[in-house]
Amino acid sequence: MKRYVYINDDESLQELYCDNQISNRKYTVLNFLPKNLWEQFSRFMNQYFLLIACLQLWSLITPVNPASTWGPLIFIFAVSASKEAWDDYNRYLSDKKANEKEVWVVRQGIKKHVQAQDIHVGNIVWLRENDEVPCDLVLIGTSDPQGLCYVETAALDGETDLKTRVIPSACMGIDFELLHKIKGVIECPNPDKDIRRFDANLRLFPPFIDNDVCPLTIKNTILQSCYLRNTEWACGVAVYTGNETKLGMSRGIPEPKLTAMDAMIDKLTGAIFVFQIVVVMVLGIAGNVWKDTEARKQWYVLYPYEGPWYELLVIPLRFELLCSIMIPISIKVSLDLVKSLYAKFIDWDNEMIDQETGIPSHAANTAISEDLGQVEYILTDKTGTLTENRMIFRRCCISGIFYGNESGDALKDVELLNAVAGSSPDVVRFLTVMAICNTVIPVKSKTGAILYKAQSQDEDALVNAAARLHVVYVNKNANILEIRFNGSVIQYEVLETLEFTSDRKRMSVVVKDCQNGKIILLSKGADEAILPYAYAGQQTRTFIEAVEQYAQLGLRTLCLAWRELKEDEYQEWSLMFKEASSTLVDREWRIAEVCQRLEHDFEILGVTAIEDRLQDGVPETIETLRKAGINFWMLTGDKQNTAIQIALSCNFISPEPKGQLLLIDGKTEDEVCRSLERVLLTMRITSSEPKDVAFVVDGWALEIALKHYRKAFTELAILSRTAICCRVTPSQKAQLVELLKSCDYRTLAIGDGGNDVRMIQQADIGVGISGREGLQAARAADYSIGKFRFLKRLILVHGRYSYNRTAFLSQYSFYKSLVICFIQIFFSFISGVSGTSLFNSVSLMAYNVFYTSVPVLVSVLDKDLSEGTIMQHPQILFYCQAGRAFVVALETNSFTILQHLAIWGNLVAFYVINWIFSAVPSSGMYTIMFRLCRQPSYWITMFLIVAAGMG
Amino acid sequence: MTDTDQERDRNKETAFYKFTQQTLPACKPVLTPAWVITIFLFTGCIFIPVGLVTLRASRSVVEIVDRYDAECVPESFRIDKVSYVQDDSIPKNCSRFLKVHKYMKAPIYIYYQLDNYYQNHRRYVKSRSDQQLLHGRKYHGTSSCQPVEFNNDHAIVPCGLVAWSLFNDTFKFIRERAELKVNRKNIAWKSDRDHKFGKKVYPYNFQNGTLIGGGKLNPRIPLSDQEDLIVWMRISALPSFRKLYGRIEEDLDVDDVVVVHLMNNYNTYSFSGKKKLVLSTSSWLGGKNDFLGLAYVFVGSSSLILALVFMLLHLRYRRPYGDTIYLPWNRKSLSV
Repeated sequence: MKRYVYINDDESLQELYCDNQISNRKYTVLNFLPKNLWEQFSRFMNQYFLLIACLQLWSLITPVNPASTWGPLIFIFAVSASKEAWDDYNRYLSDKKANEKEVWVVRQGIKKHVQAQDIHVGNIVWLRENDEVPCDLVLIGTSDPQGLCYVETAALDGETDLKTRVIPSACMGIDFELLHKIKGVIECPNPDKDIRRFDANLRLFPPFIDNDVCPLTIKNTILQSCYLRNTEWACGVAVYTGNETKLGMSRGIPEPKLTAMDAMIDKLTGAIFVFQIVVVMVLGIAGNVWKDTEARKQWYVLYPYEGPWYELLVIPLRFELLCSIMIPISIKVSLDLVKSLYAKFIDWDNEMIDQETGIPSHAANTAISEDLGQVEYILTDKTGTLTENRMIFRRCCISGIFYGNESGDALKDVELLNAVAGSSPDVVRFLTVMAICNTVIPVKSKTGAILYKAQSQDEDALVNAAARLHVVYVNKNANILEIRFNGSVIQYEVLETLEFTSDRKRMSVVVKDCQNGKIILLSKGADEAILPYAYAGQQTRTFIEAVEQYAQLGLRTLCLAWRELKEDEYQEWSLMFKEASSTLVDREWRIAEVCQRLEHDFEILGVTAIEDRLQDGVPETIETLRKAGINFWMLTGDKQNTAIQIALSCNFISPEPKGQLLLIDGKTEDEVCRSLERVLLTMRITSSEPKDVAFVVDGWALEIALKHYRKAFTELAILSRTAICCRVTPSQKAQLVELLKSCDYRTLAIGDGGNDVRMIQQADIGVGISGREGLQAARAADYSIGKFRFLKRLILVHGRYSYNRTAFLSQYSFYKSLVICFIQIFFSFISGVSGTSLFNSVSLMAYNVFYTSVPVLVSVLDKDLSEGTIMQHPQILFYCQAGRAFVVALETNSFTILQHLAIWGNLVAFYVINWIFSAVPSSGMYTIMFRLCRQPSYWITMFLIVAAGMG
Repeated sequence: MTDTDQERDRNKETAFYKFTQQTLPACKPVLTPAWVITIFLFTGCIFIPVGLVTLRASRSVVEIVDRYDAECVPESFRIDKVSYVQDDSIPKNCSRFLKVHKYMKAPIYIYYQLDNYYQNHRRYVKSRSDQQLLHGRKYHGTSSCQPVEFNNDHAIVPCGLVAWSLFNDTFKFIRERAELKVNRKNIAWKSDRDHKFGKKVYPYNFQNGTLIGGGKLNPRIPLSDQEDLIVWMRISALPSFRKLYGRIEEDLDVDDVVVVHLMNNYNTYSFSGKKKLVLSTSSWLGGKNDFLGLAYVFVGSSSLILALVFMLLHLRYRRPYGDTIYLPWNRKSLSV
C-alpha cells in the first residue's frame, strides 16, 4: 500500500505510475456512443421504452407506425447524449489547456520546458511566482533562505488565505545548482483524496547529507491547482500525477440525490406499469376469446384456422404496445428541463444576493429543488451560520481580574491599559500568548501596516486585540517570531507547533525565548481542554466562573495557559514527537497522544471572551420557518452555555415560562441513560401542552446515547421540535442527520465551515453559507447562499414553487398519457378487442411531443400564491411537506405572457400541423381537416366539448 | 444617481430581467362567487338557444330506415340463411315497400347501414395497400394485403381484405311505376378520386380467385371511377355504420310509396349482422342527430341550475373575501 518515488530517476518507474495527463472526461470519441447508451439504458424507464420500441418493429403487432415511438425515443436520447457530449467536450477543452501548459522540468540534469502532461512521478518541477502547480509536489527547494513558500489553496479547499509550506529539513540548505542532481526516495502512501494529510518519509541518497529518514507532512507539499504566491521560485518532486493527485482523487462524482418527488414518480410509474400489465392481460385474454368465438364468424376478417405457435401472444402484445404510452416518455426530459430552470431561478434571484460581498446564491445541484419545499428538519451550525463569524475581542479575565465588564470592550478598559503600560507580568504573559500562540502569518503591506493572514477568525481577533494592546506580532521569519512590546523587540524561536484538532480542542506552541533561552509551552483552547490540566494547587474557580459568565452573554471563550519546560524534558518529548510525526499509520492519533504528554501542569493565565454577532434577520427567519412547521436543531462545537445563549437570542428556544430546556448529560452510561429517560418522560407529558420544549445534549452524552440508547434517543428526536447539541464533532453532526433521515424525515443541513461538510453531504439537502470560514462548505453543498436569512426565501419561495410546479408537471404528464390510453382501451371494446389504434401515428406522436409536452413546460412560471402571501402565512408549507400537492386537482393559477403564448400558440399549432398533414396527398389524413373545418357541426361539437370541459 | 444605478434600473425594465426574477406580469383569475355565477349564467344563456337551434335542424331531417336482411330471405331458407346467401344459383331478388311520412326534399341520400360489422378490426384495417390503389400493378410492396394478396402469383388489384369484402347489394327505386332517378356519381370524396385511387389502375384480376368475398368490379373502369369501392374503402371507426349509396334527385311527397327492388347478395348472416336501407334528407347541420342539440340543452340548463344554486348559497352564507381567519391553521387555533 505504499509508493516509492525515486527522485530524478529518468530510467525506471516511468511506466509504473501514470503520467500527468489530466482527464476529467467520462468518454472518449470511440466509447462515447456505447458507454452513453449503456448509461442511459441502465435506467428502468429507458429499458422499458427500448423494449416497446423494439416490439414495434414487429409489424404484426404494431398498432401504429414504429416512428411514433422511435422518434421521441431517439429525440430524448439525443438530447441527453448531446448534453453529456457537450459537457464532456468542455471538460476535454479545459483538460487540454491544463495538459499542454508549459512547465520547467529537470530532464537528464537539465531544466527543460515540457508540457504539463509529460511530467512523470519522480520528476523535479520548477515553479515561478504565480504559477499554477501542475501536480502534487513534495517541496525540495524555494527561493526563501529558510525554505518557506506561500501558496494559495483557493481552488483546492476554497480558503483564500495564504498558507505557508516548508521544505523538509533534509533538503534545507541544498545549493540551488545541486537541486538538479538531487537523488533520493520518497516513501508515501498510495494516492488518496485527503487534502489535509500526507504521511510520508523522505530519504536522500548520498552525497546529499545522510540517509536519515525525514518525515513529510502536508506542510511539505504543494498540491495540484494551488498557486505559488509571494515566493520567487520553488521546486518539488512530483509524487502524484494526473488523475491520481489529491485533487484528482477527490473530484469523484458525488452520489446523486433523489428527491421525495422523484421517488414518488418512480413509485407511480411502477404502479402504472403494474396496472398496464393487468390491462394487457385482461384485454389480451378477452381478445383471444373474442377471436375464437366471434372473429371466426366474421368471414371478411379471414382468420386462418391454424395460426403460428405464438398466436396466443399476438393480441396481448398488441395491447402492450397500445398501452405503452401510459407511461409518459417525455416526463424525464421535461422534469430535467424544468429542474434546471428552478436552479437558474435561484441563481438569478436578486433578493438572494449578498449585498456586502455581491455573491449571488447558487444551486450546485439542479435536481433537488422541490425537496426544499418538503423540508421537515433543519440542522444548523452556529458559528458563521447563525452568527456573522466576525470575531471581536470583548472581554478577558487575567489571573482573576475581569476586564471589560463595565464598558463591554476590554480594549477600552482603562485598568487593562494601565496594567499594560505598567508591564504587569501576568498581563504581559497573557498578551504574549494571545499574540504568538497561533498559526497567523503577519504580512507587511507596502504602506507599512501589518496585515494578519489567519486561518481562524478567533486567532485573528486575538492577534489584532494583542496588537491594539501594544503587544504587536511584527514578523515571522522562518522559526523566529518578533514581538514588539513598548518599543522593544522580543524574539522567540518556534520549536514545535502542536496543531489544533477538533478532537483535542486546543493548540499549543513550544517556543524558546531568545533572550534567556527558556523553553515555554504556550497553549490556548476550550475550557474543558485546558482547565483540568492546571498544575496541582492552582485555583481555577475564578476561571470557571469567568467562562460561565462569558458564556451566558453568548461570548466565545478561550483559556490561555503556559508552562515552562525543562531542557531535557523538551528534548525527550521532542524525540517522541518526531517519531510520531513520521509514522505513516494513524499519525493523527499518535500525535495527539504525544501532545497529551506535554500539555499538562499548566499555569492558567486567563480567559478571553470573543463576541460573534448574530447575522441580520436570523430570529425572524427561524420564527417564520418554525411557523411553517419546520423543526430546528442546532449542532455546534461550542460550549453549552454559549449555545443556549445564542439559541435564546435568535428565537431558537423561548425563555423560561413559555419554553423549557431539558438537559441530557452525564459522563457514564448510567447517568446518560437516566437523564435520557427523564427527559423522554417530560417530553411525553408536555407534548400535548402548547409549550416549547427543547433538549440540550453535549457531545459526550450524545456519543453514549447514540451508541447504547439509540432507540430512546430516536424517540426523543421524533418528539422534540427543537434540540441543541453542543460540543459535537463533525462526524456526530453527520450521525444526527443520519438518525433523522432514518426516521424518514426530510433534512436540510446548513453550515459554513469545513466541520459541517460531512453533515451537509449526508443530509437530503445541504446548504452552505459562503462565509468567512472559506468556501469548503459551500462547495460541498447543494445550495450555497450568502446569509442565513436567505434560507427563508430559498425554502418558502423557491422550494415551494418548485414543488408545486413539479407536482403539476408530473401529474399532467401522467394524466395526458392516461387520457389518450383510456381512449384507446375503450375503443378496443368496439373494435373487436383486436388492438386497433384509434389514432394514426402522426397524431399520436404530435399529441405526445407537441400538443402536451411543450405547453406544460411553461408551468414553471406558475405562481399559485404571491411571494408576499407565502411569507405572511408560512403555514401554507404544510401542504408541501405532507406531499399533498401531488393529489390535488390540476390547475394553473396565474397566466403570464409566456403561458398565454404557449396555450394559444398550441391551439394554433394543432391546426397548423393538422392542416399541413391534410395537404399532403400521400398522408392518411389527406383533406380530412379541411372537410372537418367546413362542417358547422364540427365547430359546434368542439365548442360544446370545450365548454363542458371547463365547467 | 450613478451610471450603474441607471443601468440597473433600465435592466429592470427588460422582459428577461423580469423573467429571471419571476416577476413577469401575470393575470391571475380568481374564481370569486360573483365570477363563477356570472360564468355559469352566461354559459346557460348561450347554450340553451344554440341547443334549441341544433335540435330544430336535426328534427327537420326526414329519415326512413328499413331493415331488410331478415325479411329478404324466402321462408324456406329462414333456417339456414347462410347457405341461402352463399348459393349463387338462387335468385336474390327482393322487394320492399317504403312509405313516405313527410315531405322529403331532394337531394335524398340513400345509405346502406351495416350493424355488427367490424370494419375497424385490426386484421381488416391493415389489410390494404394505399400505394397499390394509386399505382396499380407497378407497385409491388403489397405484403400488408395478406391474406388476400396474390392470385396465381400476380398481385390482386385492388388487394387486401377491405376491397375483397366489397358490399354488393344493389337497390332500385320505383315510385308509381316510374323508376326514380338515382345519382350514383359523386358519392366518394373528390380528393380520394383524384389523389388516392389511380386513374389508370384497372381491377383486371379482382375476385377471380378461389376465394370470393363480396362484390365484383368492372375491369374496364379505372379505380378512380369505382365510387362504390372508394366509399367502401373509407373504413368506418364503429361497428355500426352507414355508407352512401347514391342520391335521389326528386322530391318525395307525403304518402308516396317507394318500391325498392334489391339484390340481397351480401352475407351478414354468418355473423348475425343487420342490413338496413336508409333514405334521408339533410339540413345545414348534416343528418339526423339529436344528441348534439340535447347535449347543448343539458349543459346549458345544468349550468343555469348551478348558477341559481351558487347564487342562493352565496346570498345565504356571505363572507368577506380574503379573510385569513378561515385558513385551516387559524381555524384550528380558534377552536382551541
